[in-house]
Amino acid sequence: MSSLTMRPCGDFRTSYKQDNTIFETKTIRWVTIFTIIALCFAPLLVDGYFITLLIQISYLGIAALGLNILVGYTGQISLGHGAFFGFGAFASAWLNTSFDIPVFLCIPLAGFLTMAVGMMFGAPAARIKGLYLAIATLASQFIIQDFFARADWFSGGSAGSMANPISLFGFTFDTDQSFYYIALFSLVFMFIWGCNLMRSRDGRAFVAVRDHYLSAEIMGVNLNKYRLLSFGISSFYAGIGGALYAHYLGYVSAEGFTIMMSIQFLAMIIIGGMGSIKGTLMGVIFMVFLPEVLESAVGVMKMTDWGNIPMVVDGLAYIKEMAIGLVIIGFLIFEPEGLAHRWTQIKNYWKFYPFAY
Amino acid sequence: MNFELLIQLIVNGLIVGLLYGVIGMCFVLVYKSTQIVNFAQGEFLLIGAWVCWASLIYLELPFFLGFLLSLAFMAGFGVLLQMIVLRPMIGEPIISVIMVTIGLSIFFQALMKWIFGVSPQSYPQVFDTQTISIMGLNIEMAYLMSTVIALIIMVAFYLFFKHSKHGLAMRATAFDQQVSQSLGISVKHVFAMSWGIAATVSATAGIVIGMVNGVSDSLSIMGIKVFPAVILGGLDSIVGAIVGGLIIGVLENVAEFFDSQYLQVGNMYDIAPFYVLLIILWFKPYGLFGTKDIERI
Repeated sequence: MSSLTMRPCGDFRTSYKQDNTIFETKTIRWVTIFTIIALCFAPLLVDGYFITLLIQISYLGIAALGLNILVGYTGQISLGHGAFFGFGAFASAWLNTSFDIPVFLCIPLAGFLTMAVGMMFGAPAARIKGLYLAIATLASQFIIQDFFARADWFSGGSAGSMANPISLFGFTFDTDQSFYYIALFSLVFMFIWGCNLMRSRDGRAFVAVRDHYLSAEIMGVNLNKYRLLSFGISSFYAGIGGALYAHYLGYVSAEGFTIMMSIQFLAMIIIGGMGSIKGTLMGVIFMVFLPEVLESAVGVMKMTDWGNIPMVVDGLAYIKEMAIGLVIIGFLIFEPEGLAHRWTQIKNYWKFYPFAY
Repeated sequence: MNFELLIQLIVNGLIVGLLYGVIGMCFVLVYKSTQIVNFAQGEFLLIGAWVCWASLIYLELPFFLGFLLSLAFMAGFGVLLQMIVLRPMIGEPIISVIMVTIGLSIFFQALMKWIFGVSPQSYPQVFDTQTISIMGLNIEMAYLMSTVIALIIMVAFYLFFKHSKHGLAMRATAFDQQVSQSLGISVKHVFAMSWGIAATVSATAGIVIGMVNGVSDSLSIMGIKVFPAVILGGLDSIVGAIVGGLIIGVLENVAEFFDSQYLQVGNMYDIAPFYVLLIILWFKPYGLFGTKDIERI
């Protein structure tokens, strides 16, 4: 679903390699690099609360990118991503406390464990697709959730489990400011990896499976392998995201990883744009800031004379939930290709300004 | 082994299974005629039950009138929902359609919690006697009523699809939308009608369950529990939905029984159907009665 972008005049691609770069133009490359450098100085510039939001965007973004590889690029459906995210969180905490593996190794290991579990539950995908797959992943969501509540040795049961902060070379990343760098590094690393994956043969095979699986099979793409691989990679991302979440909060409990979380991940990629790596990040940012904006809107309303309606103030939690539902429906009806598409359109509009034809 | 308890549980399972069957039928009806998987099915139950509750408590109507009022409301609600939200989704990929219904489900669940609160509310007393005993088994009056209503709904479905003009139109649309459109069937009306019917019938089930357990947002879980039943029977078979509903209803009670007697794992009642669901998908991906997807290039 890569949408057509307008290139600057005279920017012709003469080789396949040029056509396949990560950044489309030099400007985009420099803007990205400067944004990342600017983000490195964020702890000095913005207050602590904003940093927590940025960390949240990082770990959710990693998991959401995994889901986008599965849903947006491979065209499979998963309603169990939240459970895999939770599995990664528990797995990392479990590896760390039970086997005394250092935390920075636990995070990738948890990713691989989650990958194994994801491939196990994704195995029916080799035979079924579409709706049936959606419902099969829904079942896996409930089964894994039930496993969290039951397996005391793994997740600490209803009490939850503790996760130690990350420490590397004697330095402990236990404050928001220090953890922010871990989160930022992981985000950039995983996103670059994701971009590169999509430029490789495997990435193109995923897109082929999505667009027309029969043709893909005729072209020599092993359908079962790539469907399963896509499940594996998506769960790997979810596991990494979950492990970061666990070591950031320091405590994991089974209540958080419900079907609602899976739906939020799906909402992120739908809002951002399915099959767009840039869009994934946009969607995550949107979904993280949406509750904050609603909260401050109610806060502003409270200050005015006419705004202190008890129904609205007390029902804030419900209003937030309703907003998620409404945003999903609204985007699917009015902008099915998400924010990434809208962004391209805005860019194109200004590129041609004032001759928009 | 405690046979009396087992039989009691199986009977309960059959009764609940009939209700699953009814909800599953609505689900299949919507899927067959509009190709939409309705994840907001549970919210139909929830909304119907709350509307009925509100009409009994706030408007102080007699039960029968409140019941009819909420059914009429739900019919309109279903049709409106289809017209406003789902009509723009025709022709969109499957994931979008699923997500729209999930979005609807989140929205209405939160809305109902916002309006009516989270604590369960019970209906005013409808029957004089709570339980009656048939052949030594204690059966709640409301359950008995639910069985009767479920059977009536099933017969009505059968007659509607077999002998009425609209039912025939709906069957034709389910078979082939383009052909039926060219024969003068308004596919738009058929879509709206199937959502209306699904909403109304689900609301009936919601009210019946609400009479037994009280109305709370746990009713919407029924919409998810019906998935194993529907998949077991095959997504596009109405008979399959009923059979699947009965099997799942009995199965969860039997699982509960064996769990409480021998295994002591806990929570089997809720989770067993999903294990079964995964196993079925492994061996029979299209359910017991579903049509197998054959693709031609």
